Amino acid sequence: MFAMTTAKYRASAQTQKDEESIRAFSAVASVLLSPRCLNCHIPGDSPLQGDAQTPHNMNVKRGPDGRGTPAMRCTNCHQATNSSQLHAPPGRPDWRLPPPSMPLVWKGLSVAGICRALKDPATNGGMTSAQLIEHVSDDPFVNWAWNPGPGRSVPPLSHDEFVSRFKEWIEAGAACPKE
Amino acid sequence: MDKTHLTVNGKAVELEIDPTTPLLWALRDHLNLTGTKYGCGIGQCGACTVVLEGNAVRSCQVLVSRAAGKGVTTIEGLSKDRSHPVQQAWLMEQVPQCGYCQSGQIMAATVLLASKPDPSDSEIDDALSGNICRCGTYHRIRRAVHRAAELARKGTK
Repeated sequence: MFAMTTAKYRASAQTQKDEESIRAFSAVASVLLSPRCLNCHIPGDSPLQGDAQTPHNMNVKRGPDGRGTPAMRCTNCHQATNSSQLHAPPGRPDWRLPPPSMPLVWKGLSVAGICRALKDPATNGGMTSAQLIEHVSDDPFVNWAWNPGPGRSVPPLSHDEFVSRFKEWIEAGAACPKE
Repeated sequence: MDKTHLTVNGKAVELEIDPTTPLLWALRDHLNLTGTKYGCGIGQCGACTVVLEGNAVRSCQVLVSRAAGKGVTTIEGLSKDRSHPVQQAWLMEQVPQCGYCQSGQIMAATVLLASKPDPSDSEIDDALSGNICRCGTYHRIRRAVHRAAELARKGTK
């Protein structure tokens, strides 16, 4: 009798923890679904651009290393910093797409699908939970999303709030919503 | 004013210039290399394409500080007598109409051919789709790139 109660309590506590984790991930997902993230986390080889997420001008392609094709390298136009001009390329050092060997595709996935892709080392660039937290906290590309240059929206949460909700998601067990 | 050192068309140059000046204006206004054209000024058209360390960069977007200590090649640096295979091919195929975009097209083509000596049609399209031609000379450009590849194989300078 006592054992059954303990098991039920544990199950209930686990459910509650999962719910907290999933709630935190919903907030995280609102950032991951922003154009600043999705425009380059794309299936296929052609990135998107702008808040309208239209196909990138110039028939830009991912290329063998994620940095474009011969004579059409990303850094031919994208510099180490944003251009201050409207409609000119945004920038940060080593502008690129994820490489074809690990394309980190989110565009087209459900929130549950992005969650699974993000926590699976086979689809997240081989990162552990600790590395994921470090990545969202400090990676210059992630931080660029909150400083994207003129004419581009920023994600719906502040970077601090995003990192905080990301940690909550991981620390509560990195649960993913059901489809 | 800061001094920036770079190599342009094989020649070492020293510029007294604001390091945030676009390379395009360093080339045109400070070095009088006006073959490189100002098109859109926002990295969308390719008219200002030059070669920086083997890459076909948009010189309106590249700050001159990025080129410091590096080598830049402009249309004037391809050859002294228009004998470069890409220039020859452009003449043979009579590519230009108004000509404004063509120095950028040629520079992008030289970068393509350096890494793909015998490019396919789709590789040419991929490489040059960032260079816009309002006259619509794209079919002649594609033919000229194939011709340049052939000339280079035959050993034209």
